[in-house]
Parts: sequence; C-alpha cells; structure tokens
Amino acid sequence: MPKVTYRQQDGSEQTIDVPVGWSLMEAAIQNNIAGIIAECGGGCACATCHVYVVDGAKLPPIADMEGDMLECTAAERQPNSRLSCQIKMAADMDGLVVLIPARQT
Amino acid sequence: MTGKAPIIVIGAGQSGQQICDSLRKGGYEGHLMLLGDEASLPYQRPPLSKKFLTGTLEAERLLLRPASYYEQQKIDVHLNARVDSIDRAACRLRLRSGEALAYSGLALATGTRIRPLTVPGAADANIHYVRSLADGERLAAALKNARRVAVIGGGFIGLEVAAIAREQGREVVLIEAFERLMARAVAPQVSAFYAELHRGHGVEVLLGTGVDAIRTVAGEHTVVTSTGAEYTVDLIVAGIGVVPNSELAEAAGLACRNGIVVDDCARTSDPLIVAAGDCTWHMNGFLQREIRLESVQNAVDQAKSAAASLLGQSSVYCQVPWFWSDQYDIKLQIAGIGMPHDQAVLRGDVSSGAFSVCYFRDGVLVGVDSLNKPAEHMAARKLLAQGTPLSAAQAGDTSVDLMQLARGA
Ligand SMILES: Cc1cc2nc3c(=O)[nH]c(=O)nc-3n(C[C@H](O)[C@H](O)[C@H](O)COP(=O)(O)OP(=O)(O)OC[C@H]3O[C@@H](n4cnc5c(N)ncnc54)[C@H](O)[C@@H]3O)c2cc1C
Ligand code: FES
Repeated sequence: MPKVTYRQQDGSEQTIDVPVGWSLMEAAIQNNIAGIIAECGGGCACATCHVYVVDGAKLPPIADMEGDMLECTAAERQPNSRLSCQIKMAADMDGLVVLIPARQT
Repeated sequence: MTGKAPIIVIGAGQSGQQICDSLRKGGYEGHLMLLGDEASLPYQRPPLSKKFLTGTLEAERLLLRPASYYEQQKIDVHLNARVDSIDRAACRLRLRSGEALAYSGLALATGTRIRPLTVPGAADANIHYVRSLADGERLAAALKNARRVAVIGGGFIGLEVAAIAREQGREVVLIEAFERLMARAVAPQVSAFYAELHRGHGVEVLLGTGVDAIRTVAGEHTVVTSTGAEYTVDLIVAGIGVVPNSELAEAAGLACRNGIVVDDCARTSDPLIVAAGDCTWHMNGFLQREIRLESVQNAVDQAKSAAASLLGQSSVYCQVPWFWSDQYDIKLQIAGIGMPHDQAVLRGDVSSGAFSVCYFRDGVLVGVDSLNKPAEHMAARKLLAQGTPLSAAQAGDTSVDLMQLARGA
C-alpha cells in the first residue's frame, strides 16, 4: 500500500498505509491523526480538512469547488494548500508528505 | 475520581461522539460511557443518501473515529445497548438488557427516527427509508436490482436518493405533496431550479401530489397518487421526515416539545442532564429563538456546549447553522436559516447552475443558499457570524465580493 506521512506543526510525524481509492482525509481520521477535523465528512463543504503538501509530485489537479473552498480555510492558504478529502490515494502517490495547519476552524 | 459514577452519554451518533470528545478535551478524566442501540460505532449519516448508495464506499470509511480512538480516550462504548428508562431521583438508568447503571452526569443524544408512511398498503410494500447504516446497506443492495423506483417525499433525502438512482440508470418518479421541492428549507426559485434539474436528468417529478395508497402484488408495488394516477415500481423509498427520540426524556419527567427542551447551554431542567443534536428543542443563541435543527453542524456544535455544561462551565451555543446537499453535480450549501423571510435576492445567473439566493427579514440578512458557489457560502457564514451589514442591493450585485466584505477588506 502507498504510504503517506502526516506532519504536525511541532514536527512530529506519522506515516501510514493508505488504501488506494481512500482520501487522505479518510486515512487520517481512521488513523487518529490529530488536526484533521473534516466536519462534512468529505463533502468538500467545510474546509476543515486543510493540509499543505510538502512533498508530492503526482497529485490530481485542484477542481473548481476545491479551489473555492481553499479560499476559506482557517489557516492561511498557500500555493501548496489542498483539501485532504479531495485527494484520492493512487499507487503513484507513495511517499507523499503533508503538513497539518495550526488551525482548521 | 475512582468510585464516582460515570458520566453517561445516551446515543452513539454524531452528537454523542462529539460530547465524549469534548468531555475529554475539556479535562474530564473520570469514567465515561457511551451507550448506543445501533450495532456500529458512531458514523456519518450524510453519505447514506449520497455516495454510500453507489456501493463504492465501505462502511468502515463512514466511522467518525476508529475503534482505537475509543480505547485511547478511555471511552467505554456499549453498542446494541438500548436505554429504556431513566430514574432521575436515583440517578440511575436501565438498559433493555435489564442492567441498571448509576450516573453522575447524563447526556441525551438520541437523535431522531424516520416518520413512516401510513397510507393503506404501506405496511406490505417493503418501503425503504434512510436513517441508519443498516437502512443504507439495504437500500444500496435493493437499488442494484431495481428497474423502476418511486421516491416519496421531495426533501433533501428523497432528492438525493432520486439523483443517485437516476445516475445508476433507474427510472425514477418522485412524488411530493407540496407544490414545490424542499419547501421547508429553500425559496421558490431554488425549488424551481431543482425541479428542472431533476426533470433534466429524467426524473418524473410530481408536485402537489400525495400518495393515497399502495398495492403490492408479487413483489411489484403500485403507488396510487392523489390525482388518481398509478405508478408501478419495484422499489419504493420514502423520505417524509423524522420524529425526535424524546420519549425517554419525557418518561423521566423532562420537558419535551417537538424534542427535548434545553436552554442555550444545552441544559435540561435537571442540573445533571444535558441534551444535544437532532433530539433537542433548543434555545439557539445565534437565531435567538427556539428551534429543532437536523444537521451535522447542530449535532457537533451543540454537543460542545453540552459537554461544557456537564463540566460546570457555561458555553452558550451560538453558531451559524449550516447544511449541505449533493444532487448530481450540484452542491447546495445553506448558511443561516432563511425561513421565514420577507425578501429573497438572487445573486448570479440561475441558468449557469452556480448562484446564491440571499434571504432577508426586516432588511437583515438571515440566510444564504449557495449552489456550486462554495466561496459565497463560506463568506455568508462569516457575514452572518459577525453580523456584518449587507444590503439587498449589495447581495444582488455580483461585483461586490462577499468574502472581502466579510474580512472587512
Ligand atoms: C440520510 C441522511 C442524510 C443526511 N444528510 C445530511 C447532510 O447532507 N448535511 C447535514 O448537515 N446533515 C445531514 N443529515 C443529518 C445528520 O446526519 C444528523 O443531523 C446527525 O446525524 C444528528 O446527530 P445526532 O447525534 O443528533 O443523532 P443521530 O446521529 O441520529 O444519533 C442518535 C443515536 O442515538 C441512538 N439512540 C436513540 N435512542 C436511544 C436509546 N434509548 N438508547 C440507546 N441509543 C439510542 C440512535 O439509534 C442513534 O444511533 C443527514 C441525515 C440522514 C439520515
Ligand atoms: S472534509 Fe469537509 S471539505 Fe474536506
């Protein structure tokens, strides 16, 4: 299974196996990763699953809805900002590293 | 704390899970029990009428938290555990199994249950409803083999199910008793947009039409409408509303009125008992009136106040209500409560499929529906939360950037 590393603001990291087809948000929730709230459960309706992609080449592009929601994140949007519920895991995304922002609400 | 009776949360749903989480985050280290009458750990319900019905989402992906979370947080979860009665004088409750449990604090997060269709023949028609994971699993399986589907009720859940059924190639007739769709929640122009959307996708949408009876013969159901028309289908799904699970509270002598009555800190009249989520008739700090809401937002935010109250703090529940619904490729997002209103202002172009409707009461913005306009929805939540003034003229003018206005830029 491809692996994803979730990094916290304090630098601590958790690396987990993410089933292909799951979103980065789902994997975070099901592995008790702190700091991903995901109030809408992946509906692209809350922007509380924001992450910064530190290292990851092969990500799907940002769709319009995600781009709009990213304008509304609690922590500042940066060029590498994504909504983790909108990134579906693919085999070639192995090794992805994401940083969890300081706040989601 | 050893020896002291636990805090017990009744109802292992969205709100119950949040109450437990907030109690731990709020510093409660004592014994904490979560009792739920379903077989699953708390899960998300919204996908049950949406993506889950396509069969591509495994049930474990719906869990709000994995099993390990409850172990780590020392939350003593009991599933398939139904609470039958509460003895407030003795601070004890009784489970269906006969077991009695003492509590030091109690939270009621019992949610709602579906309102069944009661027309003649309904009991024999194997009607599907969508409330629980078990319902969702049963419906997903039935949809696979169905050819013609009748959806009774043009509210959010009925419409979401209709959309999924159409996307799976089923013939769909949707029967709504009111003259328009989602009538309790949105303005006529939004209802009209959705009627056209569904018709455009091939759903036969019947408005102002009731169901008089259902006849079932050899697995086929004939729905007889109030206009006398008959529709023969192999699957019926009804989404005609819910009733709050407040009987437990009522039998224990707590005030109930279309839900368990609580104040703006989620407190019942008993100082040891709070309630949160779909089951409450509550004083809403943001709306400044009493209301019962059925949404994830309400379940989560009110739960936080309920947990604070159990910990002896007071945290007024004062959050902007919000909600969403997915139908085909249109995401409807609702901020505030637009009903009732005296003015509805269209923002943008309906024919583009991406627009908002802003609702005003006495000249004050009270709600915004956004269709495929997530940034406007988020801006609306901010405007409403801050009470930033917005005129009807500004609302209708798309050159006014709502987010900039909200940020005070
Ligand atoms: C199909 C569907 C789609 C939805 N879509 C959306 C959406 O898009 N957006 C949105 O914001 N909201 C949506 N909602 C609403 C949202 O899911 C609810 O508002 C939310 O689940 C309410 O949480 P709750 O904890 O109050 O109640 P629930 O989640 O219903 O939990 C209550 C739990 O208590 C249990 N219980 C009741 N009585 C007892 C007892 N005596 N003993 C033990 N256990 C008991 C119940 O079985 C249940 O498990 C949807 C709901 C459904 C059903
Ligand atoms: S979980 Fe709500 S936007 Fe990602």
